[in-house]
Parts: sequence; C-alpha cells; structure tokens
Amino acid sequence: MKTKLTPLAETYLLRLYVAGQTPKCMTAFVNLKKICEEHLAGKYQIEVVDLLENPTLASGDQILAIPTLVRRLPEPVRKIIGDLSNTERVLIGLDLKRKG
Amino acid sequence: MTEPTTKQESGLALTLPRPQLAKAPTGIQGLDEITGGGLPKGRPTLVCGSAGCGKTLLAMEFLVRGALEFDEPGVFMAFEETAKDLTQNVASLGFDLDGLIANNKLVLDFVYIERSEIEETGEYDLEGLFIRLGQSIDSIGAKRVVLDTIESLFAGLPNPLILRAELRRLFRWLKEKGVTAVITGERGEETLTRQGLEEYVSDCVIVLDHRVSDQSSSRRLRVVKYRGSTHGTNEYPFLIDEDGISVLPVTSLGLQHDVTTNRIPTGIARLDAMLGGKGFFRGSSVLVSGTAGTGKSSISAHFVDAACRRGERALYFAFEESPSQIIRNMRSIGIDLEQWVDSGMLRFQATRPAFAGLEMQLTMIHKATVNFNPQVVVVDPLNGFIIGSNVTEVKSMLTRLADFLKTRKISSMFTQLISSGVTQGADDMAVSSMIDSWLLLRDIEIGGERNRGLYIIKSRGMAHSNQVRECLLTDRGVELCEVYVGAGGVLTGSARLAQEAQELALKLTRKQEIERRQVELESKRRALDAQITALRAEFDVREAEAMKIIEQEQAQATQLVQERVEMGVSRSADL
Repeated sequence: MKTKLTPLAETYLLRLYVAGQTPKCMTAFVNLKKICEEHLAGKYQIEVVDLLENPTLASGDQILAIPTLVRRLPEPVRKIIGDLSNTERVLIGLDLKRKG
Repeated sequence: MTEPTTKQESGLALTLPRPQLAKAPTGIQGLDEITGGGLPKGRPTLVCGSAGCGKTLLAMEFLVRGALEFDEPGVFMAFEETAKDLTQNVASLGFDLDGLIANNKLVLDFVYIERSEIEETGEYDLEGLFIRLGQSIDSIGAKRVVLDTIESLFAGLPNPLILRAELRRLFRWLKEKGVTAVITGERGEETLTRQGLEEYVSDCVIVLDHRVSDQSSSRRLRVVKYRGSTHGTNEYPFLIDEDGISVLPVTSLGLQHDVTTNRIPTGIARLDAMLGGKGFFRGSSVLVSGTAGTGKSSISAHFVDAACRRGERALYFAFEESPSQIIRNMRSIGIDLEQWVDSGMLRFQATRPAFAGLEMQLTMIHKATVNFNPQVVVVDPLNGFIIGSNVTEVKSMLTRLADFLKTRKISSMFTQLISSGVTQGADDMAVSSMIDSWLLLRDIEIGGERNRGLYIIKSRGMAHSNQVRECLLTDRGVELCEVYVGAGGVLTGSARLAQEAQELALKLTRKQEIERRQVELESKRRALDAQITALRAEFDVREAEAMKIIEQEQAQATQLVQERVEMGVSRSADL
C-alpha cells in the first residue's frame, strides 16, 4: 500500500508495559530511551503503560512478561521482553538490524 | 439457665467434625467420592496426562460445576485453545460458557504466545500474567482458577530459569489468593509432566490415562497424591459422554450388602418349583450358562417379562443382538417384550463388547443402571467381554459389577455361552464364586436329535431340585418337563415321547388283562351262584316231599289212635 511508503508510516509507535516502578522497569525505560535517541531520533513515540494502574490493558496486547515493549507501528506488531539491556537484540526486535 | 448451655455444648461437641482439610467439591460424578469431598480448597491441584486424555475437560467441568452447583465463580486461563474454540468444544457437553460469562460466573482468558514474535532482551518476570489473572479473579470474585496448560509458557518464552522461578511464585501467589486452582500438564517421558510441574504443585496430583489394549481404549484416573487427606489410590475408569466426565469408584466394595429374604419368580412356573417353589432371592445374581442355542436368552426374557409384569423396571444389556432382534425372537416363543419397552418398564442397552474397553463397558453399565434405576438387570451374554486372554480382568470386572448390583439390591441375570466340550464346574471364567444361583443348560444328544436339559448347579440359601429337566421352547415360552429316567437311561425329546408311548401301551395291556380277569371271575361266581340255586331248589323239593311224608305218617298215627278210641266205644270198654 502506498501510505506505507510515506514518511509518516515510518514513525515508530512504541508502548512499554511496566508494573510499578521496579528496578527492572526503570532500567527498561532508560535503555529504551537511549536506544531510540541513538537510532530513531525524531521519529518515535513512547507510551508507558503501568499495569498496576490499568490492569485491564494486559490482555489487549497479550502481555505476560514484564517489562514488555510492543512495537505497534510500523506493522507487524513485535514484542520485546526483558529490561532491554541487550541492545543488539532490541535492535533486531525492532527490525532496525538484521539478524546474523 | 445452665441446662440449655450444657445441651448446646454437647450438641456442638457431637457435630464438630474431625479436623479435616477443607475441600472444594468438583461436582464431577465419582471424583468427589474418591477424593473424599473434592480438591484441596484454596490450593493448587495438578492434573496431568498425555494428549487427548481429558485434562481440559476435567478442568472445565470443575469450573462449570463450581459456578452452577456451588456458587463459586471461576477463571479459565487457556494457553492452547482460544475462547471460541473452548466454548464450542464444551457446548456438546451441555456447558453454556457464553451464558456463564454473561452472568459473571466465568472468565475465559486466552493467552496467546508466539515464540517467533517475541525477542528477549534481558531480565523479565511474569508480573503481566499475575496482573492479568488477578484482574480476572477480582472482576467476578472467582474462587476457582484453571491454568490450561501452563507448560506452554516454556515453549513460548525463552529462559526456563526465569520461568521456573516465576511459576513457583505463581503457585504461592495462588495459594495466598485462596483460590482452588487446577493446573494441567502434559505427561513427560519419565516425569508426570514435561516440565516437572509436580515439584511446584505438591498438594494434590491427579493423573489421567488413556490406554488402548486389544484395540479398545479405556480412560483411567488416579489420585497419585493428596496431601493431608485420605483418598482412593486405585486407577478408576472414567467416561466422557454427553453429560461430561463420570468417574466410577467401582471397586469390590467389600461384602457389606444387606440381603432380603424376598423371593422373585423366574417367570417360568416349573423353574420356580425347582427353586423351592418361590424363585430367586431378590438382589441375588443368577448365572445362566449353556451351549449355543440352549435357550439362555429365552430364560432371561422370561425373567424380564415377569419383572415387568410385577411392575418393576428392567434393564437389558445386549451384547450380541439388537433390541429389535431380541423382541422379534422372543415374540416367536410368545413373550411380548415390546409392550414393556413402550411403557418404559424395560430398557435395552445394546452395544458391541468391542466398542469399548472392559472398564468402559463397566462404566457404561454402571451409569445406565444409576440413571434407569432398575430392579432387574440382565447381561446377555458375558462372553462378549472376553477378548483375547483377559480372563482375569473380566473376572475382576464381573465381581465388581455383581457387587455393585447387589449393593443396590438389583436382581441380576447373566448369561454365559460355554463350549459344548466343557463340563460343568470347569468353567473358564471362574465366576461361580460371585454367583448365587447357577442354571446350566446342556445339550442332550439321544437318538439322532439334540435336546436341552436344565440343571440347577447351585442356588445359595434355598432348597432346590437336583433333577434334570428337559427344557422345551414352545410358542407359550419355555416349558420344563421331566426327563425319562429308567432302565433305558436318560431319555429326552422323541426318544422320551416314544418311551412314554410304549409305557402307555404297556399300561393299557395290563389294564385289559385285569379287566379280563375280573370278567372271568364274575362269570365263575355267577356259575357258582347258579349251582347253589339249583341245589337249593332240589333241596327244597326234597324237603317238601319229606314234609309231606311226615305229615302223612302223623296223620296215619292220629287216625290209628282215633280208630282205637272208636273201637273201644263200640266195644263199650270202660276206659
């Protein structure tokens, strides 16, 4: 589809699911922020969902593991679990880097 | 004032139950009996077994019955099937999941994990799952939780070390929540579950099994472990049918059944006469064994017919013939079973024995019996159960069946086909010990024809005839008549008829002879009488003559005296 090729489609819509301000969640957020600034400067949007505040949101994105980063856009939806400390794998997960 | 208090106290002391583990009844037929009341309340229970053995169904029934019968709402967290699939799958069992969900009695949560979509980038925990489950539990105030099958997590998420730690935390958390949980697990190679869940869930472990032997399958359930409670340890067969799961705690329940002295007629008057004139005991088990075509089913039909006539319900398990075939065949000997089927007094349950395994057959018989609640049960024939060399199993099954029927005070009749070479007593199933009355039908071959002979081998607790009777199938049903026993040996059929005719002829001849002699005697007496009469007549004549002479002599004497007197007068003699 043509719209996919427009720059708008290249905006990364990211949602980070956390459960309270645990060390793991804090680490994940810091790591995410850093990676985005390095690789996606200006074309990303981060939304943090705290499941302790909104428990009903857990089933919508099929969240089990915490923290989970969901790449909602561009499609397809990808899930990255863990505290995002392994930058290499985060980049693979976000399709910013090929495997191998 | 003090008295009522004491009363109350003593009442309390009496009603206080022995300290026992709180249990959550499953509502599943039989399972609560085995576990002594249900699963451990507020604790997790592991249900494991290989694929297709009914784990999901057991878990689902636990929730549905909990919601419907015990007012305990439940959460079903599915890792393998979608909510839609689950709803459709159990709809055939009459479980209306949508209705339960609408009434806030049930939450179905499908957890979707796809390994290829997930990238692991560091440490994580399963707090998301906890929150999700907690949210579902709190939304309806659930008391029961099912996790089916939580091991899918291992396939879907990387890093088993984290998973194990998290599962341990999950089960602890479930206990803290106070929910009764059922966790299902796939059977592993050497362990009960693939991921060794039994290490974490240690309060109660139930193993389901689905095995095939001799091409027929049977499902079994076993409570491997139940911490803090006694439980049945056997393998119990269970059945999945249109009513869900039923587990059968059918074991040899011991010999505690009460007996009655009530007698019930066999439906054959002459047979009743052989059994002390009254028939079988109510609640006893009767075995009718015989070679092919000796009338075993006919005797059963009489028994059933008589029961229905008395207004009792009868259940007929047919393993060789279809109900319509039995009805047709019995009509030919004058027994109309159809009327009883129509009026609901008689129910046929016809299956091929090979349709399911022994345990399943037993389970089905058990279930049908409980549902129909008959006073009389017929199993025709037992042989169908023997497939291959499972005689021991058949025997144990029959013992359990007989015990079960006896405890329910149901009179039972089993038929058994024996090969003609087998003599009585050397019977291949060794069922004698569990049978109260044993009728044997045998072929008697004499004079180029085959006839049926009926013996009573045993009949516990009553006087019974030791005579062989010939068993005739007439258009008025089974008739028993005495066989001819005499100088010519035991005769039946035409030979008996011929012998009887011969005897009749002999009797006739003797009768004629006697009559002839009687006539002869009569005529002799008549001749004698005539002689006597003639002699008497002669005597009479002689007597008359003699009298005449005597009279003359007397007259002459008188005259002489007269003449002398007259002469004296004339001579004027002085007298």
